[in-house]
Amino acid sequence: MAKQTQSKMSRALQRRENIAGYVFMLPSLVFFLGFVIIPMFICIITSLTNTNMHDPGLFGGFIGLKNFADLANDKVFLKGLVNTFVIVLVSVPAVCAFSLWVSSAIYKLKGPILSAFRCIFYLPVVTGSVAVTVVWKWMYDNYTGILNSALTSTGILEKGINWLGDPKTALWCIIVILFTTSVGQPIVLYVSALGNVDQTLVEAAQVDGATDLQVFWKIKWAQMMPTTLYILVITTINSFQCFALIQLLTQGGPNHATDTVMYYIYYTAFKLTEQAGHFGYANAMGVVLAIFIGALSALQFKLAKEK
Amino acid sequence: MKIENPRSRAYKIVSMIILVILAILFLFPLYWIITGAFKPAADIYAQEPVLWPTEWVSKNFENLFNKRTAPLFSIFGIEGPTAPAAFRWLINTVFMSVASMLLTCLTAAMAGYALAKKRFVGRAILFSLIVCAMALPKQVILIPLLKEMAALKLYDSLWAVIFPTVGWPFGVFLMKQFSESIPGEILEATRIDGASEAKTFVTVVLPMVKPGIGALAIFTFINCWNDYFMQLVMLPSGQNFTMPLGIATLQAETSVDMGLLMAGAALAALPIIAVFLLFQKYFTQGITMGAVKG
Repeated sequence: MAKQTQSKMSRALQRRENIAGYVFMLPSLVFFLGFVIIPMFICIITSLTNTNMHDPGLFGGFIGLKNFADLANDKVFLKGLVNTFVIVLVSVPAVCAFSLWVSSAIYKLKGPILSAFRCIFYLPVVTGSVAVTVVWKWMYDNYTGILNSALTSTGILEKGINWLGDPKTALWCIIVILFTTSVGQPIVLYVSALGNVDQTLVEAAQVDGATDLQVFWKIKWAQMMPTTLYILVITTINSFQCFALIQLLTQGGPNHATDTVMYYIYYTAFKLTEQAGHFGYANAMGVVLAIFIGALSALQFKLAKEK
Repeated sequence: MKIENPRSRAYKIVSMIILVILAILFLFPLYWIITGAFKPAADIYAQEPVLWPTEWVSKNFENLFNKRTAPLFSIFGIEGPTAPAAFRWLINTVFMSVASMLLTCLTAAMAGYALAKKRFVGRAILFSLIVCAMALPKQVILIPLLKEMAALKLYDSLWAVIFPTVGWPFGVFLMKQFSESIPGEILEATRIDGASEAKTFVTVVLPMVKPGIGALAIFTFINCWNDYFMQLVMLPSGQNFTMPLGIATLQAETSVDMGLLMAGAALAALPIIAVFLLFQKYFTQGITMGAVKG
């Protein structure tokens, strides 16, 4: 008897929790489902169709996996994929190593100096990709850019380089800008992670005669693994999505040297003349990109767990 | 007192010097924008780059403001007085960022609290859905979003940027992290006192997650302001141009007038940098909390 009333009570309580929970979730769920989850499904479905920008309906005709088959033979897409991987493979380790070094050099500094450094390295993120790109475009400029003038006047270069116009240098120019706009957040994270490292472990190791380097790798690095993992994942996602820099600086040129998947998606959906507004094809690329990012994130998680 | 060995001292000095050089390099683009915006044409096209303007002029800003005009605002078909288009862009960007910020903070605070403290059916599934969505590339869903916005007749309005920004699950995740720290006993006590759910949320929960809301507010504001790709896709006509879009268009039109472009870049960047510097304490906290067990 007592048990029955209790279960009735808890059932009433559970119902109350359910109602309250969903009422509090509702406003957020409307936006999340409506503008993140639904578009995700539209993306997957349209990737199997020949949907066009000018179609009145949401979906065009179903064509199966044809978009994906076309992608495998699309030279521009494959070149974009290679470029995207070059960007990711160069910038992700560089960003991680750089921010780890900067953080370990600044995290013990006095409060105001520490915040000043942290701010400075974060500024390119806050400045915004458009303003940053516009100024870098000027600095890279063949004739009036400060980079060429600085390098020739100091004798490092004999003659100015057409940085963005040369297929050999253009992608590296983009990676440099991407790098400066990517290290801000990892530095903030590493500084706080280094501050949270268990000091008793560090002291114990020092008493046992461990060198600074040993303390760093054996204790601090091990304790910061979750932070490193998070940084790897967000930097990978950001590098894969590199778009604004390319659209504003080179438009994928010269000769597709700086095409990335993200830029080609935009180009296919909005610019390409012969198949203008081919959303189905663009979304197929989006699906491929999402699969790559998902696979890479999963791999990073797995590797970090094994360690 | 520990005695430092000379090698680690030398390392410290060298690393400090490198840090200062790096800091100067990182600050340089911003310095170049600001000085460039005030340089006369002769300085800008000089063979040898002029590091400090020979003369501070406002000509570049005058050119920027005279180049294009637009009604200052347009709400429900009522149009404001004609003003330089850059002011309209600025007003649009501020409106868009503030609206995204307010809506995100409200919805995320509510959802974060529910996920952290309410034991409702389906909670675990919803939370893993949110975490998975965060790892997805945001830009990939933009083109399908365009179709959806067109169907909803929101395409080419600022709401087409605001709603997806609010829907992005990072805010909910962040607020869940902050809400976890609310002691269950306090919530229990308020309930026994007979307070309604709404009252508990406003009087108990909100004050306790205030730092989280501060962090989320500033984070959303800056991200929305700078989300160029989303603005580019959703706002094609120029009527609802934002600051980043306006500057990007100027750049495509007059890629040679560097003074004008720097004036535009300064106008786009300085307000947001000011906001960042004012609230940077919250900002740092938000970034770190978002990563805990990320």
